[in-house]
Formats: sequence, C-alpha cells, structure tokens
Amino acid sequence: MRNETPAVRLHDISKTFGEVRANSHVDLDIYRGEILAILGENGSGKTTLMNMLSGIYFPDEGWIEVDGRPVVISSPKESFRLGIGMIHQHFKLVDVLTAAENVELGLPGKLRLQETVSRIRAICEQYGFEVDPLQKVYDMSVSEKQTVEIIKVLYRGADILILDEPTAVLTPQETEKLFRVLRSMRDDGKAIVIITHKMNEVQAISDRVAVLRKGEYIGDMRTAETTPGEMTNQMVGRQVELKIDRPEPVHPRPRVAVQGLTVRSGEGVLKLRNVSFTARSGEILGIAGIAGSGQKELLEAIAGLQQVESGRVTYLEDDGRKEELLGKDPLEIQQMGVHLSFVPEDRLGMGLVGEMDLAENMMLRTYRDGGSFFTSLKEPTRTAEQVVQELEVSTPSIHTPVRQLSGGNVQKVLVGREIVSAPKVLLTAYAVRGLDINAAYTIYGLLNQQKAKGVAVIYVGEDLDVLLQLADRILVLCDGRVSGIVEGREATKEEIGRMMTTVGGEDRPEADEAETTALAAEDQPTEEEEWEKGKKSGKEKKDKKDKKGKKDKKDKDGGKEKKHGKK
Amino acid sequence: MAKSEEKREPLLHISARAPMPWYFSVAVRLSCIIVSLLFCTLLTWLITGVDPIAFSVTVFQASFPAKAAMFGIKFWPMLRDLSILLLLALAVTPAFRMRFWNIGAEGQTLMGCLGAAACMKLLAGVIPNEWIIVCEVIAALLAGALWGLLPAIFKAHFGTNETLFTLMMNYIATQLVAFFCILWENPKGSGTIGIINQNGALRGMGWLPVIGGNKYLLTIIVAGAFTLLMYFYLYRSKQGFELSVVGESERTANYLGIKVRRVTIRTMILSGALCGLTGLLLTAGENHTLTTTLAGGRGFTAVMVSWLAKFNPFIMILASFLLVFMEKGAGDIATKFSLNKSFSEILTGIILFFIIASDFFIRYKVRFRHGAKIPEGGVSRV
Repeated sequence: MRNETPAVRLHDISKTFGEVRANSHVDLDIYRGEILAILGENGSGKTTLMNMLSGIYFPDEGWIEVDGRPVVISSPKESFRLGIGMIHQHFKLVDVLTAAENVELGLPGKLRLQETVSRIRAICEQYGFEVDPLQKVYDMSVSEKQTVEIIKVLYRGADILILDEPTAVLTPQETEKLFRVLRSMRDDGKAIVIITHKMNEVQAISDRVAVLRKGEYIGDMRTAETTPGEMTNQMVGRQVELKIDRPEPVHPRPRVAVQGLTVRSGEGVLKLRNVSFTARSGEILGIAGIAGSGQKELLEAIAGLQQVESGRVTYLEDDGRKEELLGKDPLEIQQMGVHLSFVPEDRLGMGLVGEMDLAENMMLRTYRDGGSFFTSLKEPTRTAEQVVQELEVSTPSIHTPVRQLSGGNVQKVLVGREIVSAPKVLLTAYAVRGLDINAAYTIYGLLNQQKAKGVAVIYVGEDLDVLLQLADRILVLCDGRVSGIVEGREATKEEIGRMMTTVGGEDRPEADEAETTALAAEDQPTEEEEWEKGKKSGKEKKDKKDKKGKKDKKDKDGGKEKKHGKK
Repeated sequence: MAKSEEKREPLLHISARAPMPWYFSVAVRLSCIIVSLLFCTLLTWLITGVDPIAFSVTVFQASFPAKAAMFGIKFWPMLRDLSILLLLALAVTPAFRMRFWNIGAEGQTLMGCLGAAACMKLLAGVIPNEWIIVCEVIAALLAGALWGLLPAIFKAHFGTNETLFTLMMNYIATQLVAFFCILWENPKGSGTIGIINQNGALRGMGWLPVIGGNKYLLTIIVAGAFTLLMYFYLYRSKQGFELSVVGESERTANYLGIKVRRVTIRTMILSGALCGLTGLLLTAGENHTLTTTLAGGRGFTAVMVSWLAKFNPFIMILASFLLVFMEKGAGDIATKFSLNKSFSEILTGIILFFIIASDFFIRYKVRFRHGAKIPEGGVSRV
C-alpha cells in the first residue's frame, strides 16, 4: 500500500532550547499511504520534531527532504506550500465564524464562500467527515472542531498530515470515527503522522511506529509485528510492567456525601444538575464524561472554589460526625484534609506557580503554618526533596523554576505535593493528562497507595481503559447530570461510552449531543424547583409522588403570586 | 547555480538562551551602556555638530562620580534625590509584584504631602510640637494609603482597570493640593503657600528634626531602612509570598485559599502608605511647603526604577542612582555644549532604551544564517 519513496525524510535533525536538547540527530522517513505513529515519553521531542516540519521551529542541524528534494521550511506558510499540514492539540479556530469561514481565513484571493462551502462538502464526502460548513464554531462539539481543523489543512492541499494527540479530547466513539477518516485518507495515498500516548490507539490505527527517547530516534517497527509491552520498553529504555493494580477497598466508609448539587457557571449556564453520590474511604471513585460535562465544577464545588446554586456536600467522619463543606472557604476545607489536585490544560494555571522553584511550590500549601511573620523554606525544601526522590521527578535541582520542567514532571510535582500532605480526600482531575505511559503508571501507583491508606480518592479521567482498570466505582457524567454509577470491575467501555452521551445510557438512536442538550435545557427548571422544594421541606430524599404533588402545589402558588402582582 | 526560493534559510535565528552566569549578564549590560553612549555621541555629532571626541571625553568623565562634582552634581543633594526616588520605587514594587500596575505614586505622594502640610498648618500652636509630628506621620500615611486603597477596592470588587484608575487619582490629588494651596496661601494674593511656620513663635513647628546637622540625612536613613525592610517583606514574609502568588496566577491563589481581594487591598494600602511617607519627608522634612510639583514626576520615574531592578530592592539602589545621575549628568552636559534641556532628555531616553534592550540579549541568542550544509540532490541513507 505504501509508496516506496518517502514523502518526507528527516536527516540528522537536532534542535536545542537553551540547555535542553529537544532533538538529537533524528532520522525519520514518512511515507505516503501509511499511518505512522510517533511514540515517546513526555519531553522526548515528538512535538518539537513535528513543529520543525510545520515551520514553527527551524532545526539547528540537519535537513529535510520532501519527495526526494531537499527543502528549507522557514515558516508555516512554506510548510503548507510543501503540502504539510499539522493539526495542533489546541485548536486554532475563530469561534464566532462558521466552519467555512474558518477554512477560508488567511487564504489569499477574494472571499468566495459559496465555492468554499461546496469544496468543503466535496472533501467531507470524499473522506466521510460529518460537519456542516455553515455551522458556527461555538456551536460545535470538540470532535466537530477537530474535524474543521482537519478540513482546513486538506482544503489547503495538504497531503502530509500531522496530528498531535488528536484523541486526547474525544470520546471512544468519536475516536473511532476519527480513525475511520484517517484510514480513508491513508487509502487515498496521504501520509499521516499521529502523535499519541495511548498504546491501544497506536495498535488500532498505525501501520508503523517510530520511537523517540530523550530526543533521540530509537527505531521503527511495523505495528502488526510488535506488542504494547515491546513498544513501551523501547520508549522507556528498560523493562516496564504495564499493569494497573486494583486492590479490594479495605473497610470502605462513606466519607464525602454530595446531594443534589446544582452549579451554574458565571454566564448562567447550568454546569451540574442535581448531582448526588457518596465517595468512600479506601476507594477510588472514577468520574467519566466528555470534556466539559461538569467534572471541573464538581471537584471545585467540593473544594470550595465554586459558587453553588443548591445542594449539599457533607464530610463524614469515621465516628459519625458530619460537617457541611459548602459555605466554608477553600482554606478551611483544605485544613480538613480535602485536597484537590486539578491538572488544567496548561498544567500550571492551578496549584503551581511557574516562576517559583520546587521548594517554593511545596511551600504554597504550608507557608501559613507556624506563627511567624516570615516564611521558612526549610520544611518545604525537605518535602521537595522527598517528592523528587519518591516520584522520580527529573529536574536539575529543587531550585529550578517549575516552568522549566517538562509537563510530566510538573504534574508529578503537583500530585506529589497533594499526596505528601497526607489528605483524607484526594480529588484529582486529569492527573495523567498528556503524560507518557511510564509517568502515568507511576501516578496510578501513587493513587493506589493513597487508597490503601484509606484516602477517599476521586479520580476524573479521560482514558476509559484506565478508569475501567483503576476505579472501584465509576460515576458517569453526561451534560452535568449523573448518568449512572457503575462498578469498575463489571462495566464495559461501550456501556460507559453510551452513558457519556445519553443520560442513563439508554439507546436513543439519532439522539445527538445537541438534541440531548436541548432536551435537558427544557426540563431543567423543573428539576431545580424540585430541589428547591426539597430543601425547604428539610428532607433530602423523597419519592416521586411526593415531589410531583409538591410541584403541582408550587405551580399553583406561583400562579397566585402572579395574580397578586397584577393587582 | 542559482539558489531556489525554497532553499533560503531565514537570516536570523532567535532562540532562548540557557541561564547564564551573572558575570555574563553584567558584561552584556555594560556593553549595552557603552554602545548607547557611543550612539549618543554619534547622534549629537550628526544633529548638532558638536565635536564627538570632546563630547565623549566629557561623557566618560561625567560617568565617574569622583569627577562628577565638576559638573555640578553635588553629593548630598544627589543622595537625597536618590533616596526619594528609591522610596517611591520601593513603594510601587509590592503592587507590581502582584501585577497591580500602580502608576499613582505621584498622587499618593502628593496626598502624603497634603496630609503633613495640613497638620503643620492647622495644629501649629495648638498642640505640642512632638504631637504635631506624630499627627503628621499618621495623616501622611493615611492620606497616601487612602489613595492606594480606592483603586484597590474597585479592582478587587469590580475588576476596574487599576492603571487608568491610579492615573486619574493623580489628577485628583494634584487638584486637591492646588485647592489647598490657594486656601492656605501666604502671603495673601501670592497663590502659593510659602514656607509653612517660617517666622515668629511658630517657626519650625511640625518640621521633622534634622539629624546630625545634615538636613538630607533623615530621608537617606529612612530610604536605607525601607530598602532592607522591603526586601525582607517581599522575599521572606508570608504576606510577600502571598502577593507574588497572586501576581503569578490568581487562579492558583484562589485554589490555595489565598484571599485575592484581601491581598490586593492590603498591598495597595502598603504601597500608598509608603508613598504618603515619602510625601511626609518631602513636605515636613525638607521643603516645609506644599506645591503641586513636590513629587515632580518622580512617581512615574519610580515605575521605571522598579522595573529596571526587576523588583529587587537592592538593585533598585543602583537603578535609582543610574537614573538620578543620568538625568543630572545629561542635563549638565547638554548645558556645557549649549544644547537645550530637551536634548538631554533625548539622550536619557536613548540610554534607557539600550539598557532595557540588553535584557533581550541576555534572554535570547541571536544567530545569523549558517552556511548551507544541505548537499545538492540529497543523500540517500545507508
């Protein structure tokens, strides 16, 4: 299937940033009619290498050939001219424009939208994309936005496509759809490069795998002839055990009870609708859901960082004492042992200060301790050393600003700090976001250690395979509601995938996301009212009949009030 | 063979540098200053025809403090100017570390002056001198703090733009001072306040004491003490730690339970109060009067000092020295060669530009296109 002259050939490419050698003498061939996966740990130079193809960086040494001719790619424009298109992790789209306008944006010549639209339709038909060129980007799901990005590069005539971690934000179903499209593009003779951390995806999609380790090219293998274990070993450079433990919870007791939590964002959009669940000690409660289904709001509400419209979050002590967390400030909640480690997309935005060094970042949690007016770096320095040692953080020293560490190491510092402080409840979101497999397994191990210590762990994850292996129970969020809570040991990926898109996971053919949202928005006020009523009557649990009755009554009351107002 | 379009490598490569040893960055900065002086010489020669050699000799002579005296730069007054500038720079720095762009030091200082002057004017003869001074200190601190507090409250609660707010507060302060200058004018009809408590029984009432027979010494000592205090406050205290976290990332601060609003307000009170203190020194310490130009734009120059020093109090001593010295020096050189005041300001501007630009060369490496190593036709790999 693959064409025997490489579409792109990288010769002896090196690139340094300051002291960091991102790529060192890399040779790599990319062929048409083939999907090449690039594997490597965090900071192994995958993205840097691809950025040199797309004209963002310029190599310090070495040269690039396209179709056998040496070329100089000095700008992204030049890269497009050579038929190379890159789909970045973060989309570069203008929200208020339509898909077609976004595609046309930046191209020379007159704006002929009609023509653009029909060409986009043709591209969609050819490869099986599903997107409406006239839809505004802000109305699109993540996967649709990604599709627009892909169409954008195809429209510009790219036949060498590079995708940087395209599946990180997709549901399993969407990933499958993307893979179908990629295969059809491959069969059309395009060269496809995909950067990913997920082994199962490498196996599912790629024809060949190239491995980078610490900026160096290690080798390539035909995907069909290798195993995940072998790939990981190549990537890490030593034997790695790829197994997530899931010990049975020891004496689980209710620790945090969330009841009827409803949260509205600053713009008035409902982010959580009547969410109830209980997290137990010694247990990992996984939270699954499409990105933006309310995961962030849920954790922040528990940690006291989020304004809550209604509901309760109760902290339960072993001796039966109860304490309401809502209304407390984040500091008090922290001091009670509820710790949040949220890894945002930019990794640094929450919890760490990029300009500060490791020790100072440890001090962020503890600097208030002691009555002195002054800070002391002694204890934090010790903590930093402990975290560096236990989590194998690779850093020049503990006096290096965190910003200079690679993504994986930054995350280890963040998660490590929360763990070292011996929490009772550990809330973690996207702890392995963008982490390579080795670092990710270290984190899973750490979470399991916490579980064994009796900590109630709430783990918001993106990778369903991992959730299914790690979590004791999995709570599935769908558009801010609890779609269901399933046993981690029994659930299947398909079941959870369905629950992520429709509440309860029942089969509703043709029920796309927009429809679900519309439906949900319609019946939402009712649910709120119910909850309001529930709060007033002082009971948390009521049967349906009761609710119904109260609701009717309230409606009548509402009607009366209206009349009153008119008088 | 003509090089094809696509083979051209970009002319310049700019890439981040590894952190460099301190002597390298000092060398870079020094060479930038030297280049800037050469550039000034060249420019002066081209524009005014002043003999470049005589000019540069003068410039280099003026650069050595020992010889500076012959250019009219006197030691004590210069040290006093340095101290005032340093105090104002120290005052704006906590706000800056918090990324709160307080450019209202001018107004906050004037308010301090006003507070002190009011006590001198109204309390003289009413209560004992020591009590006047105590009241002055309190009034100046409060007035400055109030001028810092107002923009902070609006920023913290309504997200108002602090830069515009503090700037506007300067005008209000100036007008307030102008109003009181007329209200308290002395003698009548002069439109100015004159020296407060200059004659008769009230002479010297509310004036800050002169230490060691040198009327500049108090200001200098206060500036020195606050440099130390501010250093420890910013780098060693819990409050200093909090405000830099707020500056780096408000989200992180929230997440850690730091009360961002409280820190914003607290820091601006501190910032304003320190400006007010400087106002006190200006009015009750040295000038014993109130005018709208007491701060004389130093509230703005202080912003530059703070930035040049990257918010480090000790480096601010150097930066204020540089600015005070340069301003005086450039002015005197311009006079010597019969150039006007504006020209000396152009020279100061050029030198500052070069100093700031030196940062770029410390942070980034610029490399020219290197020779084409690409073999024609490519090489097949073995």
